[in-house]
Amino acid sequence: MVAKFKRQYGSGITPLTHLGQNYLEVDRSLIPEILQLLRDDEQFDYCVDITAVHYPKRDKPFDVVWILYSFPRNERVRVKTQIADGESIASVVSIWATANWLEREVYDMFGITFRDHPDLKRILLPDGWKGHPLRKDYGILQQDSEWVQINLGIDSGQ
Amino acid sequence: MTDPKTLSPPSLETHVGAHDNTFLDANELVINMGPQHPATHGVLRVILRLDGEKVLGLECVIGYLHRGVEKIAENRTYTMFNPYVDRMDYVAAVSNGLGYCEAVEKLLSVEAPPRAQYIRVILTELNRIASHQLWLGTHALDIGAITPLFYTFRDREEILKIFEKYCGARLTTHAFRIGGLQYEAYDGFEKDVKNFIAFVKPKIDEYEELLTTNRIWLERTRGVGVISGKDCIALGVTGPVLRASGVKWDIRKAQPYANYRNFDFEIPTGLNGDTYDRYLVRMVEMRQALRIIEQAVDGIPEGPVMAKVPKVMKPPVGEIYHSIEAPKGELGYFIVSDGSTQPYRVRVRPPSFVNLQALDMMCRGQLVADVIAVIGTLDIVLGEVDR
Repeated sequence: MVAKFKRQYGSGITPLTHLGQNYLEVDRSLIPEILQLLRDDEQFDYCVDITAVHYPKRDKPFDVVWILYSFPRNERVRVKTQIADGESIASVVSIWATANWLEREVYDMFGITFRDHPDLKRILLPDGWKGHPLRKDYGILQQDSEWVQINLGIDSGQ
Repeated sequence: MTDPKTLSPPSLETHVGAHDNTFLDANELVINMGPQHPATHGVLRVILRLDGEKVLGLECVIGYLHRGVEKIAENRTYTMFNPYVDRMDYVAAVSNGLGYCEAVEKLLSVEAPPRAQYIRVILTELNRIASHQLWLGTHALDIGAITPLFYTFRDREEILKIFEKYCGARLTTHAFRIGGLQYEAYDGFEKDVKNFIAFVKPKIDEYEELLTTNRIWLERTRGVGVISGKDCIALGVTGPVLRASGVKWDIRKAQPYANYRNFDFEIPTGLNGDTYDRYLVRMVEMRQALRIIEQAVDGIPEGPVMAKVPKVMKPPVGEIYHSIEAPKGELGYFIVSDGSTQPYRVRVRPPSFVNLQALDMMCRGQLVADVIAVIGTLDIVLGEVDR
């Protein structure tokens, strides 16, 4: 499978394995295409998870990770791509319906926007919250004091 | 002033006609099933759009129990984070601990010794039975059957007593450690478990006697909240919901972990994907869990319960994704390590969060009372949905 991808996309894809788990590092430009191929041709019909990791010191600080599973092949694969702050990435809601809430959570926690998402708004935090908590520059005890004061009527949540 | 006796009685045609000509031509009613509600199993807010009593669509608003567990993980060491994991799905705390400990063990490339694995499996399956019992009690209560609640909670006490004797806690057990177990099985552990198996088998029969052929139960659950297997896979729904829609998939068989290979058990599937099938699937799962416990408790090997792990855990740089079959579905941990004592990122893939997404689709065209039944049958725990 990876051999076929390598032939088609050359340096845009790098297949790697760590601790027995396979993952593909993919260029951002290839993103909706590769995921569509994985679902249609390679039968990865179940999107297990979509998440992100923040590496603030890199020049492309965010790693967006899709974890996919194929029922017929009983195989899991991860697809990773790196994006810069402020860049948006294609949504995969049209490929796997489960991506709806998973991408909303990534947006909520990291601030990564997904193009063509039907309803991209905050899911776990209140709607007017400012800031994206899972970024590394958001403090562990930090809260959006303005929201807390306006909505809860107290000075601080701590 | 017209004399009321001379007015003709309203006929169906005039009544319907009159309804169409009123100025209230919007048929849609938006009702909020607020975060505080006895039947939403926690703080879940559901905004319903209704046409009379039929549901046109709904939207779930979650996040009322969001505690930032993933952010906390980045500020604790691996061992320090272990107790936090129980608090997510607080009903099945042992499974959460199993998933996390196994994920970190994979990162460290250690394996728990066989004795620890047997005891882990026994405790996890006991917790599966406890979780399903709680599910049955609360789900039946939502639908209106009050008795199963008392029966299941009474029987669940025996499991919680075993947990208390083993690790001191009933609900948020923190039973496992990275590399194995901290506590040796107490004297009489096997005897207690065997007594429990003999005790609970007739009790499960009792629950079935109350509900399985009960006419009211059948009317309330047959055909309610139907979802097809294909839709389940597209929406990422796992666990008993997926199995009741006909897809025979269980991580314990597909990608076995923690020596489930050694045990012989079956995976129940349903035909229709409705609430009644999900009920039957979970009842069979309880019995299969008992079967696993029976096999395990007879063969616990001797040996150490803790593998050799360093006191200061610094897993090598890398990422791992490990998932287990929690009672609610596929519970996954994606852990990124940067070589230091604290994880760089811990992502918990919660089954209840992904299953709850399917609520909108399952409730279209159903009545309001069925929404309650479907929320119950999805078996969500808000601690896990929100983390």
